[in-house]
Amino acid sequence: MATEAQLAAERHGVFLTTVTRLYNWGRRSSVYPLSFGLACCAIEMMATGMARVDLARFGAEMFRASPRQADLMIVAGTVTKKMAPQVVRLYNQMPEPRYVISMGACATSGGPFRDGYNVLRGIDLLIPVDVYVPGCPPRPEALLHGLMTLQAQIDAQRLDAVRWYSDREARDHPVPSLGRHGLELDGQTIDPVGGLPLLSPLTSPHAEEQRSGQLEHPQEIRLFPIMDDTVARETPWRARGVAREIAADDLKRGGAHE
Amino acid sequence: MSAHESQLLQVNIGPQHPSTHGVFRMEVTLDGETVVALRPVFGYLHRNHEQLAEASSYIQTMPYTDRLDYFNSMTSNYGYALAVERLAGIEVPQRASYIRALMSELTRILNHATAIGFMINDMGAWHTALQFGMREREKILDLFEMASGARMMCNYFRFGGVVRDLPPEFLPYFDQLMRGLPAFFDEFEQLLRDNEIIVARSSGIGILPRDVAAGYSVTGPVLRGSGVPYDIRRAEPYGIYGELAFDIPVGSVGDVYDRTLVRFAEMRQSYRILQQIRERLPDTGGGHINPALANFGKQKALRPPAGEAYARVESPKGELGFYLVSDGSTQPYRYKVRAPSFINLTPLGAMCRGHLLADVVVILGSIDIVMGEVDR
Repeated sequence: MATEAQLAAERHGVFLTTVTRLYNWGRRSSVYPLSFGLACCAIEMMATGMARVDLARFGAEMFRASPRQADLMIVAGTVTKKMAPQVVRLYNQMPEPRYVISMGACATSGGPFRDGYNVLRGIDLLIPVDVYVPGCPPRPEALLHGLMTLQAQIDAQRLDAVRWYSDREARDHPVPSLGRHGLELDGQTIDPVGGLPLLSPLTSPHAEEQRSGQLEHPQEIRLFPIMDDTVARETPWRARGVAREIAADDLKRGGAHE
Repeated sequence: MSAHESQLLQVNIGPQHPSTHGVFRMEVTLDGETVVALRPVFGYLHRNHEQLAEASSYIQTMPYTDRLDYFNSMTSNYGYALAVERLAGIEVPQRASYIRALMSELTRILNHATAIGFMINDMGAWHTALQFGMREREKILDLFEMASGARMMCNYFRFGGVVRDLPPEFLPYFDQLMRGLPAFFDEFEQLLRDNEIIVARSSGIGILPRDVAAGYSVTGPVLRGSGVPYDIRRAEPYGIYGELAFDIPVGSVGDVYDRTLVRFAEMRQSYRILQQIRERLPDTGGGHINPALANFGKQKALRPPAGEAYARVESPKGELGFYLVSDGSTQPYRYKVRAPSFINLTPLGAMCRGHLLADVVVILGSIDIVMGEVDR
């Protein structure tokens, strides 16, 4: 907000601002996204860059092919367990300051493929996400709104408080590997099939980036109707060992058949 | 002087690469700049489509087929609806068949316009040619949105018809689109077909001879570009395609340029089909859906008799087949998708051998793959 003294100075042709505001104005008006499409949402991401909605109005049309030149990673599509290590690696290769938009239901939570054995249930398990854009796929307008939300977040950052100018040593996010029961990080399964994700999500760039290593949920492998042979086909919720939430969900689904 | 020795170089393209059309990876062995061997690596977008379908009721799979080939959700819907209708013996009213064919042909124009744009994108014309294709795509997506409520993931088809009839504002907007389409074809072809750079980059590149193409069982514009006039709409007509007049364009050499020309010609043929459908659409009868299945509860409770069925449609990318086995319950016992992108990708190594590394991305672009369909 401009003060009275600022306005008075501007009347005499003197422009006053703070370094943070000028710096943030420059940064948020030239966000270069990484040209990185995973699945269906990537097509809507490209449509956002095209003539009708025109991402260039917000300075974000320069899709860079290399993560070294990008500021923003739009995770557009389903992240499978085979692809998740590559996504984290790309994020690690991006220079600070870097931002992540999780575009669509799949990147946010697994979306319609959440029940599958090969789909990561939310990219925020592995990298911090700044803006979530809901939809399957989100309309181009929704992605534009996500970008504007990100710009507001960039505006709110302060040069003296941001992480990448502090004394803390920069560190890479740990890259998971594909283990026996899914993705593993330091020997621990982080996203077992049919269970809840075990590590707490890193949701904000303002939060500490250090991983606590503590488990949010007790590490018990839960059975899932699709994967379990003992589950009867018509009444999966009656089987032994099925979690109550999943059972309730299946009850809804099963009841629809009758 | 000692003999000059060269060493083979392994280059890994993908899974994050601007020209791999999604998350596809190629392991290329190079001698200098010439490709010696190419090994495709799949599976980065394996989303358990078939497994999820076997654990859900028949109609619950319909939205998942949208996400198979996410450019052409309407034709994927069509193939799946056709398979279930064949399995359960469901009749489709005449008007519903017309609406289905109308949507399929709009999808074909949309797909070919963007596919050509993406291929030229890979040649280095970064987003310029694509702008023209995407402009038409937006207009067609407006029509889809009017009819189904969604732009990309339409979920418009139901067993025995389509979910709702065309809204009253659909046909005026459709006529407006049809008036503009010939000018778009002319403009697009004038810009791209005789473009010197495109001819130089694509003619003689990635030749797939007729017998090799048939041996790999490729379909769609890739097969027709190799000179085989094979089209499911003619070979095994479904819906109303038996009554419609259209030509099957074929190429003569089987290179990248031929495939592009076939796509240009197919857009014009789709336009011809759309004209015929538009003429007959007001006189069609029977409603948009079979009255026995008009209630959504009936769709959900569908129990086809035990047996198996295979249905195929000519998706813009080739023969899209759905194989279903029923055990008499509300869920399919087995569900299998014959994805054209996946099968068209198999001769990639054979097409690329001997060409330069820069041509590999052009050949891949000319096959027109969608990873959602390849990995499923």
